[in-house]
Amino acid sequence: MTTQTLDAIISIRNLDLHYGQFQALKSVPLDVRTRKITALIGPSGCGKSTLLRCLNRMNDLIPGCRVAGKVLFEGRDIYASGEDVCLLRKRVGMVFQRPNPFPLSIRENVVFGLRVAGVRERARLDTIVERSLTAAWLWDQLKDRLDEPALGLPLDQQQRLCVARLLAVEPEVILMDEPCSALDPIATARIEELMIELKKRYTIAIVTHNMQQAARISDFSGYMLLGEMVEFGPTAGVFTSPKDKRTQDYVSGRYG
Amino acid sequence: MRVPPKYAQVLAVALLGAATLLTLVVLVFIIVFVLTKGLPTVNAAFLFTVPRDMGRSGGILPTLIGTVLLPLLALVIALPLGVGTAVYLTEYTRESRVTRMLSFGADCLAGIPSIIFGLFGFIFFVVMLHMGWCLLAGGLTLAIMILPTIIRTSEEAIRAVPNAYREVSFSLGATRWETVLKVVLPNALPGIVTGIMLGIARCIGETAAVIFTAGSSLRMPTSVFDSVRTMSVHFYILAREGISSENAYGTAAVLVISVLAVNLVAYGLMHRFISRRTR
Repeated sequence: MTTQTLDAIISIRNLDLHYGQFQALKSVPLDVRTRKITALIGPSGCGKSTLLRCLNRMNDLIPGCRVAGKVLFEGRDIYASGEDVCLLRKRVGMVFQRPNPFPLSIRENVVFGLRVAGVRERARLDTIVERSLTAAWLWDQLKDRLDEPALGLPLDQQQRLCVARLLAVEPEVILMDEPCSALDPIATARIEELMIELKKRYTIAIVTHNMQQAARISDFSGYMLLGEMVEFGPTAGVFTSPKDKRTQDYVSGRYG
Repeated sequence: MRVPPKYAQVLAVALLGAATLLTLVVLVFIIVFVLTKGLPTVNAAFLFTVPRDMGRSGGILPTLIGTVLLPLLALVIALPLGVGTAVYLTEYTRESRVTRMLSFGADCLAGIPSIIFGLFGFIFFVVMLHMGWCLLAGGLTLAIMILPTIIRTSEEAIRAVPNAYREVSFSLGATRWETVLKVVLPNALPGIVTGIMLGIARCIGETAAVIFTAGSSLRMPTSVFDSVRTMSVHFYILAREGISSENAYGTAAVLVISVLAVNLVAYGLMHRFISRRTR
């Protein structure tokens, strides 16, 4: 389909994935371009979340999951034996469907990754808390409430706190798995604005059920169906002049 | 004949309430009975002097110390083993026939009468390993006795930690061990503490297994190779041999109060830990 592009930070060719006997991904290609938003759309069960979770090997945690094919991150195959999965996940971080802060204070949530890495200096932690919360647009609201429990925040602030927690470990790529599906439209709009802002410094790949969302924020879109990548290209093209009949049916709202 | 729902509801509430009330009454009665009979004997001298004449007079200091040391030793041995096993079974193995068999085995072991553990401890530690009746043999035996309880309660507590927490931790680049230390154990702590409390309570209340393995010496223990007598054993011997019913009830009152104190302190510590973490 697409030829390998030089500015793709992640590049996938012919990826197969099985959950036991079930084949969830069938020879899927994907290019995630640097400092762009790449959206994966498609009906439930089409494999888009599975594909996203291949990019930081979160599927490794699922019993019976087998992967064949290459996932190149900056030219290195992340599924090659001997690759450091923990380092990979620090560089390719993830925001989940449901806001999932730990039952800790706001501050402790943000510095979680650093605490695990053994960072102790108070000054450095404070700097990172401020920088991360600022980047997630939470600093002004929360700077005086850093020791309050994170679970007391409204959902969209919780989700942005999860973004801040991720930014604190300084990833290069941010994977978002339906990050707005638990949020109302206003909160969704705020997360979308945030994503466009984050795009200036990070590469983003997002799975979404919301086609308008993909059309609004993404630069590239991939339409998946039954484990196959039906169509992939610049978002404007996929939405306005899809080459495949199935994509056309989906984006025009005929089903899905 | 079908009871109309309205009456069934009233009847259910009445029966459930009565059951609760009955339980409470029995509990309160026991505590009040033991305390009214025992407390008049309890004073500073009773607590802090050594017994004389087999416990007919004097205090209970060595048994008080034995009651602190023996469960403590058992816990120091059983806690790392038990929690370690629970972490291994839940975090490092996939649920399989083998892990289910291990859990089932632990459940069975938890139900075995303590005298069996006492017999094992007597034959293995006291006789075969030539330890004699001593604190160490008793501590090891009680550790084996409470191990299944600690494993099972810790296992349940660890399984109850939401998987989303683990996922986030992994997604931030933590290893499994870092996830266990920073996410799983802190969140499982309340359940683990419950298991510890059950274990301590069983140790404090134990008589048979203790007499078989730690002996019943009334001397002050100076090392783990000395025989000790716990308050439960002291109470049992005083009452059974008809030595002194006043001192027996006094010991019982101290026992009840110390169990209560241990629970209060443990819950206090736990709540402080939780509120400090979530603050």
